[in-house]
Amino acid sequence: MQIQDFSIWEPLLGGVLIGLASAALMYFNGKIAGISGIFRGLLVPQPGAIAWRAMFIGGMVLAGLVMVLVSPQMFVDTAGRGMITTLVAGLLVGIGVRIGSGCTSGHGICGIGRLSLRSMASVGVFMAAGIGMVWVTNHLLGGVL
Amino acid sequence: MIEVLRSRENLISLAVGFVFGIGLAISGMTQPGKVIGFLDFTGNWDPSLIFVMGGGTGVYMLLYQLIIRNEQPRFTSSFQLPTSKVIDRPLVVGAVIFGLGWGLGGFCPGPGLTSIFSGNVNPILFVIGMSAGILAAPKVEGLLIPRLVEPQS
Repeated sequence: MQIQDFSIWEPLLGGVLIGLASAALMYFNGKIAGISGIFRGLLVPQPGAIAWRAMFIGGMVLAGLVMVLVSPQMFVDTAGRGMITTLVAGLLVGIGVRIGSGCTSGHGICGIGRLSLRSMASVGVFMAAGIGMVWVTNHLLGGVL
Repeated sequence: MIEVLRSRENLISLAVGFVFGIGLAISGMTQPGKVIGFLDFTGNWDPSLIFVMGGGTGVYMLLYQLIIRNEQPRFTSSFQLPTSKVIDRPLVVGAVIFGLGWGLGGFCPGPGLTSIFSGNVNPILFVIGMSAGILAAPKVEGLLIPRLVEPQS
């Protein structure tokens, strides 16, 4: 393993903002900030729980739009994954987060933050699966996908 | 529409979603190359995203302890916390499938949604795929995890 040049301050600042936002959602609304769960609630709506979810996802999308204008390099895609690959990746992510009850935010930030063993197990497993997949794509298949 | 905007719960959700999205963009999570570099343990490893996880989880861990001392949230009647405590098959199988997709595309749900107007096609395709996956998940789960082995959870 080689370690490449990496940044500390932007990831840390971004992480702190994510943590503060997630804590604010618990403090004000009593909800776990799990993006996959919030988004699922828009696709498979439950009565009375649609508006706040739509507002949350809308806020995220708006933030993306603002940041693209302010700092487009934050959205540079150097991975070079193909369109079909990305579509399949999305499909797997969608299936996985629903069966596994959460993703990097709900299990990662909130779950580990709440010291949930279930979430710690989930994070350990999805990290391992992600590392395994990148080994296959980038080393076995040479990153051409 | 006006009523939606009058609700403090909805307005705070908008603000929180906005800050969350800004955080994702600043952190580097909206760059699939960085995410894949972070997962590239056996190659040229980019550890940056450890600090995203560390910063986010650390802040949440501290504040959560203070927040749950309140009797109820500010704008709603109760804290809605997950009740399941068991590490069961769906949790593990789901995490495996999610992790494979995360490594394949370099997107998890938040960054994918935050990037839809970035001008790149991939985030749009990712969100379409993810939506289809979320809708198809119960069928897939029925195939992967026979109901018989699943105790009530």
